[in-house]
Amino acid sequence: MKPLEPVGNTAKIVLGILFFVLLFAGWSFATFGGFVSKTFLADPLTMLHDGWELFVRYDFLHDIGMTIWRVVGGFVLAALVAVPLGIAMGAYKPIEAFFEPFVSFARYLPASAFIPLLILWAGTGEVQKLLVIFIGSVFQIVLMVAVSIGATRRDLVEAAYTLGAGDRGIVARVMLPANAPEIAEILRLVLGWAWTYVIVAELIGASSGIGHMIVDSQALLATGQIIFGIIVIGVIGLVSDFLFKAANHRLFPWKFA
Amino acid sequence: MTQLLVDGVSRQFPGRRGAGPTRALEPTTIAVEKNDFITVLGPSGCGKSTLLRIVAGLDRPTTGRVMLDGREVKGPGADRGMVFQSYTLFPWLTVAENIAFGLAERGMPEKERAEIVADYVQKVGLKGFEHHWPKQLSGGMQQRTAIARALANDPEILLLDEPFGALDTQTRGLMQEMLLAIWEREKKTVMFVTHDIEEAIFLASRVVVMTARPGRIKTEIAVDLPHPRDYHMKTTAAFSELKARLTEEIRAEAVLAATEH
Repeated sequence: MKPLEPVGNTAKIVLGILFFVLLFAGWSFATFGGFVSKTFLADPLTMLHDGWELFVRYDFLHDIGMTIWRVVGGFVLAALVAVPLGIAMGAYKPIEAFFEPFVSFARYLPASAFIPLLILWAGTGEVQKLLVIFIGSVFQIVLMVAVSIGATRRDLVEAAYTLGAGDRGIVARVMLPANAPEIAEILRLVLGWAWTYVIVAELIGASSGIGHMIVDSQALLATGQIIFGIIVIGVIGLVSDFLFKAANHRLFPWKFA
Repeated sequence: MTQLLVDGVSRQFPGRRGAGPTRALEPTTIAVEKNDFITVLGPSGCGKSTLLRIVAGLDRPTTGRVMLDGREVKGPGADRGMVFQSYTLFPWLTVAENIAFGLAERGMPEKERAEIVADYVQKVGLKGFEHHWPKQLSGGMQQRTAIARALANDPEILLLDEPFGALDTQTRGLMQEMLLAIWEREKKTVMFVTHDIEEAIFLASRVVVMTARPGRIKTEIAVDLPHPRDYHMKTTAAFSELKARLTEEIRAEAVLAATEH
């Protein structure tokens, strides 16, 4: 190994898989070897068996569907509000001066701390779940989009001015397309965070969803189910990440050419 | 007929952290005739780029004003096309879309746009690269596209800020010939900023020499070399004589600029 020296393609895949092999091996060793009590940590086979049970007996697909819908719903609402506002803030400094202090403050409010309040306001229905995701995502997206738009290359803006672009043209035909890949990347990142909020939202006052299943399993000491649920979340995250990246490559060929 | 008049333009940048203001440009007056090609020659940091940016409307003069066709310049506009030293093609647009940017901004119909773009693609020798992204092009090709983009907009005057500064000597020579050929054919008013003496003489009908910071006009030298010019011109006696003269003028300023820091 030398610093920054690239790794071959095959070696890269093998190394990536090796981590999971070692993880499972360690887990199997600890559980099958009897070093950890079954009550606290299920072995890999029990986990798989519990997962299968979840699907065939407890309609786990419905839980997964509910969770995805909540994440996507709350996230899309947040993006619809936050992206235009972020663009306006990045482009027009008075708008930024007006919103920035509040948004910077609101960004540090933990979405999970709002859950009791939101239950009081909106009950334990879907609106409350969407609101948790919304609050958790919207301020982050606003700030990051504003920073990205504000950092538009000045020479590109100047070039557009000398080509006769007006202020609207600068925003619509320079700032927006220049930062579109960056904005997509921000959305991908925040979507990942939204996944943590949804599980927290489902741990309290929910009757469906992956988080709800995990809380139920805790009461039953079904650690196999809990681990299976966590793995499912990880896999869904991985898939959505992959889809986002693939979409970006299609949408922004100039970036990846 | 005077098309562009730089009338007593100066620029001071406000001082920072208690330091006094920086005088980048002393009051400067330059008149540019229609269809003239002038180069502004000076050592680095002499305020020549500041001067060009003020003409483009990207910077405001502290005193004085810039008049184009009798109207005062208040801000940037399509009547003054600009080519920058840095690569400023829009990376999300293809070569053809970059060239069409100003035309689209004006709301010109697609069909007319395509004709003009095709014309300029051919003039700057980028046929076959219309659908490439800027990052797939060499530096020289990017600057050729930038020149085409500025010219396609049909500006009253073309401003160039050391556009070939980042290119290797050979490419630079070819680009100079290309630009000159376009100018000889189309006749445009051009103001070209450079620190390269040979480039300043080869392109211009008049060289404006600037002093080291704070910049002001030191002298103006008419270049009476015949057109059309090509690279052979650079080895003629008349060219060498001009070069010797300008080298003396610039050297004194470069020495000043170097010892000041």
